[in-house]
Amino acid sequence: MIVEFILLVLKAAIPAGTPLLFGTLGEVTAERSGVLNLGVEGMMIVGAVTAFGVTYTTGNIWLGLAAAALAGSLLALVHAFASITLRVNQVVSGLALTMLGLGVSGLVGKRFIGMPPRTRLAPLTLPGLSDLPVIGPLFFRYDPMVYLAIILALVLWFMMYKTRWGITLRSVGESPATADALGVPVFRVRYLAVLFGGLMAGLGGAYLSVVYTTAWIEGMTAGAGWIVIALTIFAMWDPVRAMLGAYLFGGVRVLQYRLQPLGISPNLLNMLPFIFTILVLMLSTGEVIRRRVGAPAALMQPYTREER
Amino acid sequence: MPNPSEPHLAVAMHGIVKRFPGVLANDHISFEVRAGEIHALLGENGAGKTTLMNILYGIYQPDEGIIYVKGKRATIRSPRDAIRLGIGMVHQQYRLVSTHTVAENVVLGLPVSFFFPERAARRWLEEFSQKYGLSVDPNARIWQLSAGEQQRVEIIKALCRGADILILDEPTSMLTPGEIDELLGIIRRMAAEGHTIIFITHKLDEVFAISERVTVLRQGKVVATLETAQTDKTSLARLMVGRDVIFRLEKKPAQPGEVVLRVEALHVLDDRRLPAVKGVSLTVSAGEILGIAGVAGNGQRELVEALVGLRKSQRGRVFLKGQEVTNQPPRALIEQGVCYIPGERAMGLAPGLSVAENLILKDYCQEPFARGAFLDYAVINAHANRLVDQYSVTTPSPATPVKLLSGGNIQRVILARETCQSPTLLIAAYPTSGLDVGATEYIRQLILQQRDQGTAVLLVSEDLEEILQLSDRIAVMFEGEIMGILPAHQADLGTIGMMMAGAQRIPMSEAA
Ligand SMILES: Nc1ncnc2c1ncn2[C@@H]1O[C@H](COP(=O)(O)OP(=O)(O)OP(=O)(O)O)[C@@H](O)[C@H]1O
Ligand SMILES: [Mg+2]
Repeated sequence: MIVEFILLVLKAAIPAGTPLLFGTLGEVTAERSGVLNLGVEGMMIVGAVTAFGVTYTTGNIWLGLAAAALAGSLLALVHAFASITLRVNQVVSGLALTMLGLGVSGLVGKRFIGMPPRTRLAPLTLPGLSDLPVIGPLFFRYDPMVYLAIILALVLWFMMYKTRWGITLRSVGESPATADALGVPVFRVRYLAVLFGGLMAGLGGAYLSVVYTTAWIEGMTAGAGWIVIALTIFAMWDPVRAMLGAYLFGGVRVLQYRLQPLGISPNLLNMLPFIFTILVLMLSTGEVIRRRVGAPAALMQPYTREER
Repeated sequence: MPNPSEPHLAVAMHGIVKRFPGVLANDHISFEVRAGEIHALLGENGAGKTTLMNILYGIYQPDEGIIYVKGKRATIRSPRDAIRLGIGMVHQQYRLVSTHTVAENVVLGLPVSFFFPERAARRWLEEFSQKYGLSVDPNARIWQLSAGEQQRVEIIKALCRGADILILDEPTSMLTPGEIDELLGIIRRMAAEGHTIIFITHKLDEVFAISERVTVLRQGKVVATLETAQTDKTSLARLMVGRDVIFRLEKKPAQPGEVVLRVEALHVLDDRRLPAVKGVSLTVSAGEILGIAGVAGNGQRELVEALVGLRKSQRGRVFLKGQEVTNQPPRALIEQGVCYIPGERAMGLAPGLSVAENLILKDYCQEPFARGAFLDYAVINAHANRLVDQYSVTTPSPATPVKLLSGGNIQRVILARETCQSPTLLIAAYPTSGLDVGATEYIRQLILQQRDQGTAVLLVSEDLEEILQLSDRIAVMFEGEIMGILPAHQADLGTIGMMMAGAQRIPMSEAA
């Protein structure tokens, strides 16, 4: 009974954590370049509504996902322009983005409320593997986006630590003056990183509306964007650790639903992810300090060449 | 004047003007460097040396002026352009990513292989280690390296990019004497290989040790370009400062009074929680200067921080005028008249605040600067104007953010704040590091003046000349211990050198 329950939660935790993983991978990349984007919640919800709208209209889920990625990057472009070119305070600009996203999605989404999904993403079945007892359902019966997120996390990790791009990205976030003095185009790197962050947040939101829930509900991200911000710190800006964090939080979300029938107050359960966030932040901050793997040193600092 | 487009000139800059808010940093500067020479660029703090070189390296855009590189007219819009022209620069504040490895720092921005780029760095590091003796561990992280090793990484970075014109901005200011000799050797080898070297400094000895020609800058203007062999120290100093410089300080015999600071068997840990100060005992009396000599990193920093309340000591006791003050917080020590001139200037100031605000950082919550919850800016500004005059701080105005001042002037602001109300105990750590002769002379005089007014002074310095010039007694620190305390008149370079290396210990007696 208990074992079954645990397996059930584990199996559900992976898809529940996938939108968080998309968002976190994006935010890790943006922050690694030195730009904090608190607009994740906004970009995710715009991604969600765009994906649902486009999928509903065209009947093609892949088009929906692509449109969501585009919408997320467009919003991110606003933040990039404000914080990199205009040197606006990154917190202010990011918060504005979240509010903009929530507002726009509510407006655009009005006519999709209560609409049924037109298509679904079928789970991948890997012959042989998917039919294994216990392991099969636990590892090999998810939808393709789950695997895409995992592959992206691994690729991103490799890119970040084992390639020229990775060195460039991390250097720009640690010391833009150093990178600039070596001819690295600091602005371009930061723009690209922030745009990629938007793309990933858009995909994360899209996953919620067309894969996970398959419906548009106003405000359906329900704080996922904020959990992404916390996860980025928990992950210590490392894509592989982001995976761990995202699935852990996915598990918390699942527990939230599973424990409800047991008579625990739903209000209390709704607080669970956020209580967990605070706990995780407290714990990981200690480790961040101990292991000297703090935030990118130039996080939130706009760069200008002639300033000292 | 030779034709600027002559190819034997590696660099020719003409009529360069650069203005910053309130400062004319470069005032119609003309500067020429021959191919293959070692050219010293000499000037006081704030003379505009870094600014001129930042223009050549594309970090600053000049307001006026033209640049020729290797005989061709050049527009240098960014460091990328400069690199393409074969210019490399080792900046005054090293530009390194301190959490990254040496290899990662070296390959940053280079078109090496996309995957596993550090491999290329390893090859280069081996090559330059053989060719010029520039050896560093490619896997070490920058923050683990000494200043000298970090500098080697900077030089390697420039060489990998094919720089044949190499700018070194005050390369010796953070190095130990041994490292300086090594660096000068490396520079000579590079010049022999055909590199052109621009060597920025304000130390006259180095000009004579290394350069073929020297250009002197003063207040943003070129005052002379000379063949080094045809000039001498005194005339260069006069050119640089604009007046005669005293190389020997007037020092009256000390009149020590009562004991002000007594340290008994103090033990302090460093940042990694390893013992850094191991049972140090010493006393400093009113009206005397106790100098602490030693190679940096032998516990001096931890000792000083424990004495000013920035670091907890593990064992041992500290007394101020007979009162125990062990592990008291900075505020309490400040109120008892302890003043501190930190070695890292950034520690003593709030860089973004104005000169006037920095001058009251310690007293901002007291009359007359504060009235209730409010600051009285009329009083604060008057106070600032008085100190700016008295300590000759060169600043566009007291409202200028302190980070925009030159090094020497930043140090004057700290000194003004710390000494303006006659402290009981003055703790000065590396007070003149990075400063030019004029500023150094001024600051040393001020420290002597404080002593003569009856302040007890604890001076920590790596500069032996400074220690010998100022101290009344000299303590030598090695690996967290005091190797001995000598009266200044008994101290000679040889003995102190041996003690600094840990090769000699003089038994402690209170008589010393
Ligand atoms: N980015 C900047 N913004 C504002 N003022 C500046 C800037 N860079 C330099 N200055 C000012 O220009 C003047 C020349 O500074 P510069 O750094 O070139 O002096 P320097 O000769 O290199 O001195 P030092 O020996 O202290 O390094 C100084 O008054 C300095 O305050
Ligand atoms: Mg300089």
